[in-house]
Amino acid sequence: MVSKSVTVVNETGLHARPAANFTKLASSQKCSVYLKKDDKKVNAKSILGILSLAISKGSVIEIITDGEDEKLALAELEDYVNALTD
Amino acid sequence: MIRGIGASEGISIGIVFKYDHIEVIAEKNEVEDTAFEIARFQKGLTESIIDLTGIKDYAEENINAETAAIFEAHIEILKDPEFANQVKEVITTEGINGEYGLEKVTHQFVSMFENMDNEYFRERAADIKDVSRRVLMHMKGIKSHDLSEINSEVILAARDLTPSDTAQLNRKWVKGFITDIGGRTSHSAIMARTLEIPAVVGTMTGFDSLEDGEMVILDGMQGIIIQNPDESVIADYQEKIKELEALKTIRAAYIDKPSLTADGVHIEIGANIGSPEDLDGVLSYGAECIGLYRTEFLYMGKKTFPTEDEQFEAYKKVLEGMKDKPVVVRTLDIGGDKELDYMTMEKELNPFLGNRAIRLCLSRKELFLTQLKALLRASVYGNLHIMFPMIATLDELREAKQMIQVAKEELQKKEAYEELEFSYKIGIMVEIPSTAIMASAFAKEVDFFSIGTNDLIQYTFAADRMNENVSYLYQPFNPAILKLVDMVIQAAHAEGKWVGMCGEMAGEPLALPLLIGLGLDEYSMSAPGILRARQQAKNIDSNQARDIAKQALELTSQEDVLALIGGIEW
Repeated sequence: MVSKSVTVVNETGLHARPAANFTKLASSQKCSVYLKKDDKKVNAKSILGILSLAISKGSVIEIITDGEDEKLALAELEDYVNALTD
Repeated sequence: MIRGIGASEGISIGIVFKYDHIEVIAEKNEVEDTAFEIARFQKGLTESIIDLTGIKDYAEENINAETAAIFEAHIEILKDPEFANQVKEVITTEGINGEYGLEKVTHQFVSMFENMDNEYFRERAADIKDVSRRVLMHMKGIKSHDLSEINSEVILAARDLTPSDTAQLNRKWVKGFITDIGGRTSHSAIMARTLEIPAVVGTMTGFDSLEDGEMVILDGMQGIIIQNPDESVIADYQEKIKELEALKTIRAAYIDKPSLTADGVHIEIGANIGSPEDLDGVLSYGAECIGLYRTEFLYMGKKTFPTEDEQFEAYKKVLEGMKDKPVVVRTLDIGGDKELDYMTMEKELNPFLGNRAIRLCLSRKELFLTQLKALLRASVYGNLHIMFPMIATLDELREAKQMIQVAKEELQKKEAYEELEFSYKIGIMVEIPSTAIMASAFAKEVDFFSIGTNDLIQYTFAADRMNENVSYLYQPFNPAILKLVDMVIQAAHAEGKWVGMCGEMAGEPLALPLLIGLGLDEYSMSAPGILRARQQAKNIDSNQARDIAKQALELTSQEDVLALIGGIEW
């Protein structure tokens, strides 16, 4: 299991479109993916889980991957969050 | 034959498409074969994903990326493993039918979202309900219709169309529409005229007597719908359609001409628009200005407030499109019968007398500032006139003007806008009697007025314009209204300011001579009416009109005024 904390910087946070795309990206990974904000941890392959974290601009989230290709997956997901602009 | 109110000129012959929100209930049944129920649920999910993928693609091509993204998220909800697994688990452990399992899990998620602090995320509860309802309908084998799914020529029939429904209408396919609710000035009617779709509204119970797929003739002038017309009736109407086309050609002769009266007095005839997409129509009808740009459509049919940049792009597009012709942009007029799905507004007993338009903007300054900043930034690209709706007192006007100042200062703090030269005019809607009465005082503090007759009439006669029982009090030709209009024009001209009109009355052929006689400077209407008005103005002598207007002001009832102007050949 590996993990990394990132700060969400885009204006709308993980709203509809970014959340949907993040879920898609997480679902395409072979390993398990989780997101953690404050003390709440959710399955990142679930859009409802992600939305329930109410991630907005300035939120610090921890991306956790566990299983096959976990390091690659982590890097890919981290890049996605850092590249969010809208 | 179904009777209603002709809301938008034109005739359409076509097939009825009924649009309704059906009530679906998931009843609870105890079952033995839970595996079968799980399979049924799974099938419902798959079918719903196919639906939504189609809608998403349609939205991408025909509406915009933003709308498509909403459906993208809906698809992800259906694919959500947590959601699906919980439904399956409930079905198995409780031994219940798929519909009820779905309902139960949906309810859990909905209440979780409804209890969130952040407004945006709270609103997602509606998405979950929406998506779950679609699955439920599939499981129960109920067919649903979706406005954006329409892909053949139809005449749309609905009990009511909300402003966000009409925002999704595609004029390529929707050749006419019929609603049970509404009058000539309801939003669906105004939208119909803007989109140039023939429409009949206020049919009361027309929806129930129409059948999906039946052929009808919709006559937007007489306000009637003929069901199962025979061949001779169809032939008659096809003839009428030809005549209408011919009339259009004659009017086209006026397209590049200025609007002049018989004796050469220039009046300005402009268009009312709801979005930058309306510009094409506006230019093809030769509008001399945009007399009213309703910005609320930017806020409707969406899931969140439009950002400053989004608004800036829309305003810029309109200002650039009109070159240097005046564009009057009305700041957000929400409340009354216009609500936003994503903004919680207190339920009011009298929404038309409540916290709407400028009142709402002044009580939610952040919202207002975002719009003002977008407007100021766009002002560089054309001839911007900012107009505040529903102004009742001078204090409100001063406060609103102060907000423009604040917006300007905030912008100038940013390096990118430091150098910009914002140039704009400031005006107000005159639609509340108190403002008409105080017009001389207001005229000193604004650059222009625009009379909003729909509200001015409703507030002067204290009669809800949507209420059919008191519709007799909608009296645009009552001397009470003419006197208010006269007062406003006199007051403005005394200060060297101009007066426009952007209500329904401005596009009313019977009213044109009177308004010219009263000295109105600018007439803003649905774009298709412009050339007809220009053609009509050419036959009106302004001196004669002034005499008639003077006589009308001395009369005591609408009937008398109509008798006076009806007897004159223009």
